[in-house]
Amino acid sequence: MLCENCGQNEAVIHVTQIVDHQLGTFHLCETCAAEKGFEPEQGSAGFPLTDFLAQMGQESPRPRTTAVTCEFCGHTLKDFKRTGRLGCSHCYVTFEEHLRSLFRRLHGGAQHVGKVYLPPDPSEAERHQQLSRLRRKLDVAVGKEDFERAAQIRDQIRQLEGTRN
Amino acid sequence: MRDVSELGDFGLSWLEGSGPHADVVLSTRVRLARNLQGHPFSPRMQDDERRRILDSVQTAARQGSLLRDGVSLDVSALVPLSRQVLLERHLVSRELVGEGGRETRAGAGLIIGPEELVGVMVNEEDHLRLQGLMSGLRLREAYAAVDVLDEELGRELPMAFHHEFGFLTSCPTNVGTGLRASILIHLPGLVLTKEIGRVLQGIGQVGLTFRGLYGEGSEVVGNFFQISNQTTLGKPEEDLIDHLHKIVQQVIQYETHARGVLMREAPAVIEDKIWRAYGLLRYARSISFQEVMNLLSGVRLGVSMKLLSGLSVYTLNKIMIYAQPAHLEQAAGRPLSEAESDVHRAAYVRRILGGEGELPDTSGDDGSEVE
Repeated sequence: MLCENCGQNEAVIHVTQIVDHQLGTFHLCETCAAEKGFEPEQGSAGFPLTDFLAQMGQESPRPRTTAVTCEFCGHTLKDFKRTGRLGCSHCYVTFEEHLRSLFRRLHGGAQHVGKVYLPPDPSEAERHQQLSRLRRKLDVAVGKEDFERAAQIRDQIRQLEGTRN
Repeated sequence: MRDVSELGDFGLSWLEGSGPHADVVLSTRVRLARNLQGHPFSPRMQDDERRRILDSVQTAARQGSLLRDGVSLDVSALVPLSRQVLLERHLVSRELVGEGGRETRAGAGLIIGPEELVGVMVNEEDHLRLQGLMSGLRLREAYAAVDVLDEELGRELPMAFHHEFGFLTSCPTNVGTGLRASILIHLPGLVLTKEIGRVLQGIGQVGLTFRGLYGEGSEVVGNFFQISNQTTLGKPEEDLIDHLHKIVQQVIQYETHARGVLMREAPAVIEDKIWRAYGLLRYARSISFQEVMNLLSGVRLGVSMKLLSGLSVYTLNKIMIYAQPAHLEQAAGRPLSEAESDVHRAAYVRRILGGEGELPDTSGDDGSEVE
């Protein structure tokens, strides 16, 4: 099959997309696909995580960190590559550099932008950060006229303001 | 407690057949993976440490409003049959109770709120798996409910959170929001018109993933598909929920379109298929669960397209749960061989369908002869 875009090269990339409620499949050659921003699936986790992890160290330059064993739980980088699981929350610090590049490929990003956790005894700065985030959420909910959600968020804000001494 | 039979219909509110698109979307589930600070993740803990985690979660659950008057179970203390019943009700995962409910670890727990809309699994792969579970397509509501539960538990229990990576989880595929939203959807029209492959491929292209009826690694049974978000880091919770909602609405449109095509091009064939499915379920004397699911798919299509009247979606949902092996054994009060199970299943389905539907009962059969 020839590429539907240039009509010259063999189509090797088949893209199925939902655009404006319509499902369509396009057959493209490698060059045209790259021009349109479609790449062969490397980053999506459609294959077992452990295979993915096995390739991890091979492609990227060797991370600078030398720690390979988590001092809190004893989990090693090798354990992680074998099982695909981390041993404890401290592993995220120990293997930070390995993980950052893994997250970019697994999730398309490494920075959490969702809910911010407020521990049982939050500092003033944590509380402030949480309040501004909740106020932004409240604006979004009101904008969407989702008043039930807005009421819940308003209660959360009041509660948080109420805990300030 | 060692046995869940005394809890009756416990944990089955998500089957009630209410909520938007309940004839196509069986249920909505939103789960948040959370871990407590200062402990290894559950798989790397000793038994007594896991038990202490369960204790502290049970204590925290009594402080908040959502779980206080609910049901709290030490899953590891239950008999294996009860664990399998919970698995068949989609209240616990295979990871928590093992295949067939046979393998569980100390400290495995389940707490479900009184209205059964939220709950928490304890000591699964992560210390906490908070869940919001609702009938029909109700993603925003399910997330809002589980978000409140998260706030309540997070005030009592210090959670593992990293300023850059968000909520920390045992598996890196859950890190960040820890959020997995999924809907269980019935797509017979797309399967019959052979469009399903393209739709599932399209789902993969937009950052979503699909699985079978029982979640990860399970097969597609009875044309039911679970569609969920693939990534958990780098987008806010609301965006993940809204994106899934938008795509699911499109999939429902494709399904509706496919059903329209079937009815235009082969109405007699479709009607025949639906009535044959009903007929087999209504009169069979021995039937496997797989066959029940496939036939129920036809009957559900008939109910949804108003070709079969007098049957409720709730009845069909109920059969899906109660016709499973552990539920049949629990009802029989003794272990059943596969052959016995098939006979009990057929009797159960006949009895339930005999109580509803538009056909006069011509067989003189009340389904009680094999009890």
